Amino acid sequence: MNARNHRETRGDRSGRKTSVATLVLALGLVAMLLAGCSKDSDGGAAPATTAASSSAPLSGKITVSAAASLTEVFTGIRDRFVTMHPDVKIDLNFGSSGALAAQIEGGAPADVVAFANTDSMDRLSSAHLLDGSPTVFARNRLVIVTKPGNPHKVKGLADLADLDFVALCVDTAPCGQYAEQALGDAHIELSTDRIHRGDDVRATLAAVSQGDADAGIVYATDAVVAGDQVDTVEIPEADNVIADYPIAVVKGTSHRDVARDFVKFVQSDAGDIVLQKAGFVLP
Amino acid sequence: MTSGGRRPSIVLIAVASVAVLFFAVPLAGLARRAAWGSLADDLTSSEAMEAMRLSLVCSTSAAALSIAFGLPLAWLLARVEFPGRSLVRGLVLLPLVLPPVVGGVALLSAFSRRGLVGSHLYDWFGLQLTFSTTGTILAETFVALPFFVVTVEAGLRSMDRRYEEAASSLGARPFTVFRRVTLPLILPTVVAGTVLSWARALGEFGATITFAGNIAGRTQTLPLAVYLELESRPDVAVALSLVLLAVSLVVIVGLRERWLGAS
Repeated sequence: MNARNHRETRGDRSGRKTSVATLVLALGLVAMLLAGCSKDSDGGAAPATTAASSSAPLSGKITVSAAASLTEVFTGIRDRFVTMHPDVKIDLNFGSSGALAAQIEGGAPADVVAFANTDSMDRLSSAHLLDGSPTVFARNRLVIVTKPGNPHKVKGLADLADLDFVALCVDTAPCGQYAEQALGDAHIELSTDRIHRGDDVRATLAAVSQGDADAGIVYATDAVVAGDQVDTVEIPEADNVIADYPIAVVKGTSHRDVARDFVKFVQSDAGDIVLQKAGFVLP
Repeated sequence: MTSGGRRPSIVLIAVASVAVLFFAVPLAGLARRAAWGSLADDLTSSEAMEAMRLSLVCSTSAAALSIAFGLPLAWLLARVEFPGRSLVRGLVLLPLVLPPVVGGVALLSAFSRRGLVGSHLYDWFGLQLTFSTTGTILAETFVALPFFVVTVEAGLRSMDRRYEEAASSLGARPFTVFRRVTLPLILPTVVAGTVLSWARALGEFGATITFAGNIAGRTQTLPLAVYLELESRPDVAVALSLVLLAVSLVVIVGLRERWLGAS
């Protein structure tokens, strides 16, 4: 290709218009870029296929879409996994499980999904978007978080009705559905113009830790993450809702071996240690 | 020779067409995705109506605040030499380049109940700006005001100042000169600046959700509703997007006419 470029340039010297030369040069550059890209993707794909067919070390890049409440634990588990498999690269994509499921339904590329509820996973499963069936790898429970020092003396769900502003997740996020369920079971009704809706559990937590919400309902593990920026008020077991966290490989993944190994790793002793340390309960 | 002159223009047209398609295709996609049959129902649902009402109230208030505070500011920046003027101008323009979410965090640190100013407002007057419609207007003004100031300052700088000089030499007071001579002359740019700041306020998302929060009927404006409905009721989200799109298109085309008319 280089040789051809040279020839065209020489042709231009022998009397052609400079604009033609510029055009050819630009096209040449584009062609070179395209060639470079395709070579790159070839190089990326080749070792993956060999890894799948033999016991060669795992390699390739996968994307893991995980619930916002898994931000710290999945970052920790990813780092451990990548240390064991240096040729593997894992991109993490965090958001509310409802939003992540909608992304995958819309065709967004993901190789592994881990959600905070089974509903979102069932949606993907019934749309035949999963490779195999999902397994529950962790459980979580709800807590109330308040401003440091708990200035309004919140003792339980019933006290939320007296507050100016309560932060809950949107009703498409599992944390929003669980909170509605817990409030409904306890027959507590909050007026909608006092509810700030965070688009995932971390946005809800931030409304209390950074913003002016008096209290919020988040997962126990998020309260741990927030540290002394919030006070935690436990919700008694009878009124609480337990969140199941399922994980699965997405159908059509280009690196099924890596994806499956990562799912196994999350459920291994190494993954369990990280999860337990963060406050998750193992199934 | 003539054909040689045309060659680059074909390239030019091709590249420019790519740019036009880049803008047009997403809009076509949105229009294709819209559930036209249920559009009326989607737009008249109570959440959609509430979001549209709130957006209208907040963006209009933000535009009004932009005029009230932007006009004196633009005049000072254009006409008065004072130390640190370029610094002040930079400060005013900052929200143009700042990610709106950062603006929201900055507003929180200033006006939240524990913020620099907000803590006093709350302690002394019981005034809370976060999670309120006032907070939404504040967040929208924060991002919209620069558009007004930039436009009007440019108008003030490019106008012929001899009329002003003539008026003051005939004994008109400075405010009279401004009201009777300057303002009528720069009126087209004031209108343009108002519409631009209004449109920017209408589309505000990041600073609003961060600072004012997301409370249905109180701070949940059109862009927030679009973002949140996208997961639960995508048809409503697309319908609301079309409303924003149509309004923006009318504003931009209208403005262009105005500018063409003025020149």
